[in-house]
Amino acid sequence: MRKIYSKIEAIAGNVIIVSATGVRYGELALVNSGHGNSLAEVIRLNADKVSLQVFTGARGVSTGDEVRFLGHPMRVSFSDNLLGRIFDGSGRPRDNGPELTENLIEIGGPSVNPARRIIPRNMIHTGIPMIDLFNSLVESQKLPIFSISGEPYNQLLARIAMQAEVDMIILGGCGLKYDDYLFFKDTLEEGGALSRTIFFVHTASDPIVECLLVPDISLAVAEKFALKGKRVLVLLTDMTNFADALKEISITMEQVPSNRGYPGDLYSQLAARYEKAVDFEGAGSITTLAVTTMPGDDVTHPVPDNTGYITEGQFYLRNGRIEPFGSLSRLKQLVNRNTRDDHRPLMDGMIKLYAAYLESMEKKSMGFRMSDWDQKLLKYGVIFEKEMMDLSVNIPIEEALDRGWQILEECFSPEETGLRSDLINRFWPQKQEVH
Amino acid sequence: MEHSKGKVVGVSGNMVTVEMDGDVLMNEVGYVLVEDRRLKSEVIRIRGSQAELQVFEMTRGIGIGDPVDFTGELLAVELGPGLLCQIYDGLQNPLPELAEEYGFFLQRGVYLDRLPNKEWDFTPAVKAGDTVTRADTLGTVPEGIFKHRIMVPFNLYEAYKVKSIAKAGTYGLRDRIAELEDSKGNTIPLSMVFDWPVKRAIDAYAERLRPSKPMVTKIRIIDTFFPVSMGGTYCIPGPFGAGKTVLQQVTSRNAEVDIVIIAACGERAGEVVETLREFPELIDPRTGKSLMERTVIICNTSSMPVAAREASVYTAVTIAEYYRQMSLNVLLLADSTSRWAQAMREMSGRLEEIPGEEAFPAYLESVIAAFYERAGIVRLKDGSVGSVTIGGTVSPAGGNFEEPVTQATLKVVGAFHGLSRERSEARKYPAIHPLESWSKYVGTYDQEKTEHARKLLFRGNEIAQMMKVVGEEGTSLEDYITYLKSDFLDSVYLQQDSFDPVDAAVSKERQSYVLDFLFKILFAKLDLPNKDEARSFFYQMRQKALDWNGTDQSSDTFQTIENEITGMLSEKQTGIEEEAQVLFQSSQGQNNA
Ligand SMILES: Nc1ncnc2c1ncn2[C@@H]1O[C@H](COP(=O)(O)OP(=O)(O)OP(=O)(O)O)[C@@H](O)[C@H]1O
Ligand SMILES: [Mg+2]
Repeated sequence: MRKIYSKIEAIAGNVIIVSATGVRYGELALVNSGHGNSLAEVIRLNADKVSLQVFTGARGVSTGDEVRFLGHPMRVSFSDNLLGRIFDGSGRPRDNGPELTENLIEIGGPSVNPARRIIPRNMIHTGIPMIDLFNSLVESQKLPIFSISGEPYNQLLARIAMQAEVDMIILGGCGLKYDDYLFFKDTLEEGGALSRTIFFVHTASDPIVECLLVPDISLAVAEKFALKGKRVLVLLTDMTNFADALKEISITMEQVPSNRGYPGDLYSQLAARYEKAVDFEGAGSITTLAVTTMPGDDVTHPVPDNTGYITEGQFYLRNGRIEPFGSLSRLKQLVNRNTRDDHRPLMDGMIKLYAAYLESMEKKSMGFRMSDWDQKLLKYGVIFEKEMMDLSVNIPIEEALDRGWQILEECFSPEETGLRSDLINRFWPQKQEVH
Repeated sequence: MEHSKGKVVGVSGNMVTVEMDGDVLMNEVGYVLVEDRRLKSEVIRIRGSQAELQVFEMTRGIGIGDPVDFTGELLAVELGPGLLCQIYDGLQNPLPELAEEYGFFLQRGVYLDRLPNKEWDFTPAVKAGDTVTRADTLGTVPEGIFKHRIMVPFNLYEAYKVKSIAKAGTYGLRDRIAELEDSKGNTIPLSMVFDWPVKRAIDAYAERLRPSKPMVTKIRIIDTFFPVSMGGTYCIPGPFGAGKTVLQQVTSRNAEVDIVIIAACGERAGEVVETLREFPELIDPRTGKSLMERTVIICNTSSMPVAAREASVYTAVTIAEYYRQMSLNVLLLADSTSRWAQAMREMSGRLEEIPGEEAFPAYLESVIAAFYERAGIVRLKDGSVGSVTIGGTVSPAGGNFEEPVTQATLKVVGAFHGLSRERSEARKYPAIHPLESWSKYVGTYDQEKTEHARKLLFRGNEIAQMMKVVGEEGTSLEDYITYLKSDFLDSVYLQQDSFDPVDAAVSKERQSYVLDFLFKILFAKLDLPNKDEARSFFYQMRQKALDWNGTDQSSDTFQTIENEITGMLSEKQTGIEEEAQVLFQSSQGQNNA
């Protein structure tokens, strides 16, 4: 039986300090306060002074409350029984199901040996042309969706989750609005995907510390399933809330902030989570899609900025569409050579023409004269946005490629597209005979 | 000898505070004993009887009172034959061997032999009775394509008599191959390996020379406009996704140096994997052997322990200096030095030091300067020359170069290859900004001509800016043609397709040949009556020149395309621009001479 300490010496923010011995760094403790039990984690040891971060927050904790150390770090149960279940950030059930205590695994484990990684090779089909055709998603990729509040990023996540050919989905909600949480639940239920989904959801009204646990707990479970051969898609929304929680904690701990109040280790903290994305040779994989909302729509804000330096590209979701510029899947070249011969050249060609369209638009807005060529581009841009960029478009890659050629044919003559003649000969749509 | 011991009295993140029972050295290595693992750590501050150690592993599970063993030694790398082809973590732990033994995940507290225990064919270079000093060659072993010098360890500062030396033959790495005798008559046994502390520059050479010979990267914009010298330093700052890593990857393949050390410092593991998997398959045209045979990879990626990340760049540069001592030209590529600086910032924060700008420690600048100072070209004691060239990427917060790491780096490097978001988004690769970047080194191409080309780029940019305001209509035909010429130079010379088998690597001879040829177009007076014709003329020229870039210089097609371009030019050319006359005269003169 471990000793119970009943003298809390200091309380600041969500951190309490007790005098105790035999405690280990990273260990959990149970704080028993008038409002019930809360887990807490050891985040600093200084002689016999132990600093603990209280998961449900220190509000309401009294100096006379009891603290009992558990002798192990944060753990979560891992088994197939997790499937279809909904938990909070500390792994307690949010649905009415039973608490799971079997087969406990540690969270935040060591990283994969780079020498055991392999070059990613499988495309994940989503039915969204802006992804499949222009920025293919690859199994084991880590990719954020850069967006701003009000944009349908959770809708996009849910859609990808429904359509991606993966074995299971883990949704990690960080500061998720309750409505959004219900939206995910309903959508996955309607789509019949609930039974292969696990939720770890921290909602906006839950204690902030639990927000910090969500990515780790989600990824630890994902890792175990991946090792058992499952292709796991992890959805994290919204990682900016996670970063803000980090900021809050580090300020309470009186760490010197580096940039707009965020701690100096923000990069390492985010990287430790994103780098969990992996393809285990001979087993399964983890693919991570994460929403990162950009405060003030500013991509140089520390959260999107650090994220961009870590992830393998990014999707910009703006005005309800995935922007062709700025959006980038850095792994696309590993898979888009294996779809169809026209995939890469069509992708490049159509984007170049869309860039030219934007230039013409700019000239137009400045009142410059529009040439014939400008007129053609203006027509092209409108069709491209409607038929390719609109998120309601939902077609397989082959159809998207065919549609691409049709759009070109509608707007240009073959040589105006800048595409190689051998491709034109093979793929240029034949004009229907007019009777 | 007995070393000090200690007990843990505090833990915060990856830093432990230790109460010690004796003397310790600054930067001494200690091991924290936890759950029968020994976690490697380094002393980073000493105060009274307490020392602060940064732990190179996860600190979870460490408790108050856990024992600490000090070693009396500084953090060091093991130097000897067998370093090439290795893939190490930041502490010189071989990652493939770790993977073999422990599977998918890195284990903490596991330190394998740093050099493979292989046998080597030793040829002595001294005989018993000879006098030797540090870094003198005792013998050699063939390591791949190199003659690896087995040297007197750099930490033996006296003159020694060779008491015995092994005969030519095959010996194990750790076998005794020589015995030296010092002035007091003590015998010092030597094997092929010795340790050297990573944070101390290897200074066993006769003198430092001024970097003057270009290090050819086979990237046109670098070799011609922003060259790097053997033994020089350069940095590549750029926002995320601008192409820093790709630029270093192509450099690591194509640079004309003997050995490349890749320090993947706090970046993505996936990027290293590409190198790991591809290099063994790629043939180095200079040697006919796989690229791996000239490469060492130090890989401490972003999710690996941050203190080891800080050490990794030192591990890398020490190995680079070691091969420099063998009269080789070594290139160290570090991606990204910002992650290294951030590792320092994290430790500084834990030490509660007074922070400087953006919470970086006040000594950031001097540490960065000291690191780049370890580059250099040196004359060794035997008169031969070796060099270490350092190229580091910088990942500035928000892509803004006005931040401490970029600024501190710019103060000390010899060349600045600034990547621009604007160019990378326009897919103009490599996205090195042609107007903002600079180099203090001398390139492979004629200086005066380079200046002319640069002026053209500046002028072209001015016109492009103006055109944004007044439109094409408001621009004179003459200016418009200048703009087209500058855009042409940009498209077909500054930009280079890193993924095209021919265009990816262009020899300096080809660079000169092509640029000489392009000059004829760039400084031609042309009969182009209006802007539409001018544009279409240059677009055609561009198409041809890009095709030309993609063809092998020795092929017939190369000549055919050249003739076609010459033909197209002569149809429109009426003369040479006045201010450029001098360029063509001087090259004429050379031809006649
Ligand atoms: N020379 C090039 N040719 C073609 N594409 C390139 C080139 N350089 C970069 N790219 C494209 O840009 C992407 C990002 O490049 P890279 O990974 O080198 O960026 P980075 O500057 O290292 O970014 P980060 O700071 O996030 O690591 C690549 O995946 C590739 O798609
Ligand atoms: Mg990079």
